[in-house]
Amino acid sequence: MNVPRHWREQIRRYRLVGSKCTDCGRLSFPNRAVCPKCNSRNNENYQYAGRGKIISFTNINSPPKEHKYNLPYAVALIELMEGPVITAQITDARAEELEIGMEVEMVTRKIMEYNDDGIICYGYKFRPIVEYAHP
Amino acid sequence: MKPNKSVGIIGYGAYVPKYRIQNTEIARVWGNDPNLVPIREKSVPGADEDSVTIAIEIARNAIIRAGINPSDLRAVWVGSESKPYAVKPTSTIVAEAIAATPFVNAADWEFACKAGSETIQACIAFVGSGMAKYALGIGVDTAQGAPSDALEYTAAAGGAGYIIGSAKESLAIIEASISYVTDTPDFWRRQHEHYPKHGNRFTGEPSYFKHVLSSSKALMEELGTKPEDYNYAIFHQPNRKFPLEVAKILGFPKEKILDGLVSPYIGNTYAGSALLGLAAVLDKAKEGDKIFCTSYGSGAGSDSFSLEVTDKLAERKGKAPSVKSYIERREEIDYAKYARYRKKIRA
Repeated sequence: MNVPRHWREQIRRYRLVGSKCTDCGRLSFPNRAVCPKCNSRNNENYQYAGRGKIISFTNINSPPKEHKYNLPYAVALIELMEGPVITAQITDARAEELEIGMEVEMVTRKIMEYNDDGIICYGYKFRPIVEYAHP
Repeated sequence: MKPNKSVGIIGYGAYVPKYRIQNTEIARVWGNDPNLVPIREKSVPGADEDSVTIAIEIARNAIIRAGINPSDLRAVWVGSESKPYAVKPTSTIVAEAIAATPFVNAADWEFACKAGSETIQACIAFVGSGMAKYALGIGVDTAQGAPSDALEYTAAAGGAGYIIGSAKESLAIIEASISYVTDTPDFWRRQHEHYPKHGNRFTGEPSYFKHVLSSSKALMEELGTKPEDYNYAIFHQPNRKFPLEVAKILGFPKEKILDGLVSPYIGNTYAGSALLGLAAVLDKAKEGDKIFCTSYGSGAGSDSFSLEVTDKLAERKGKAPSVKSYIERREEIDYAKYARYRKKIRA
């Protein structure tokens, strides 16, 4: 159990915070100390809106043991509406309910927990957008 | 009880997990009469959901409706009896996830099913005293019901939260609130126990009814209002029967109760129960409507609130999913999957 590592990552995982190069405007996720486009070291935190679409996905059958509790689940490549493509677990939907191009939204869910006495790690997952209409 | 400065709800959010187990399925497993079950079905949290993740969904919906910067929140208070950690606040995780940290008061509140409504009362005082511009109070639970216990039929997951701010920014002004509390051992859970115990029939007359009625009557007496003055009323919903009975005794007709009565469809969300009912009513209400709301928490006590809807509700309610949307977003699971999701069986 690496508590400091989870603590260091938690803001970007809870909120989907990446980085933006203040010189060329390139957006990254996860955040970068050096811009992959212009090599600038001037990068600031950038809050993503948490919306995107699935560009590919797969069903996970043999997960790492920490994720076994959550089977079956899908992992997808998601193109965020701001541009970057990220890999994330899909929740509230099984692989057979997904399709390429489907719009998804970010939610903060339990990623894994270290037994009954360790820390609980929360982070971003994506789900099909909750459709709503008001009464 | 009224604050010095008039306050109200500037944003609200609700959330209910998508999984459902039918009461007849629980009755099938335990050999009980399927015709005698208390409600139709209850919500079940997914394997990756707990009170923290549900509270975060609620908080985000409330912030969207309020249209505020989360760093302007001076309090993030979460009331629950199903904290993922026995020691380590749920509220700090929620506050961090919604970007309300670090200059914010974060605390977890405990009072069985009224842990949520007491955060609202505290928010009223925090904003009403001028100490805070905005404060967020949430009631949420992933309630525990022991296998085969009567409460297993209703113990559900979900909740609602409210951002309190000045009256002039409010979608509903909170006119006044009152609490009625006594030491009543109707329901409890000891340290290190997974499931609560309760006093069976004792949970009705000297517990739920006494406190809900006393608190409701006292607030209406203080304000000089009558049931006829209100368009809607919400009472804590451990089942379908109790809130309808208490409304009848107080003189609220059934049609003023039904819009806020969500327990038949999702069960008793404990600290989220009355607050989810209130959110369902706000989804429907219009300017000028008056709303009466009374929670109940075992142990025992009730908080009552009197509210009046303003013109700002109409533009804000459609910005986040309604309670009805969450009720209709459902996937039925059987007892085996329910047992796994609730960690009644483990790999």
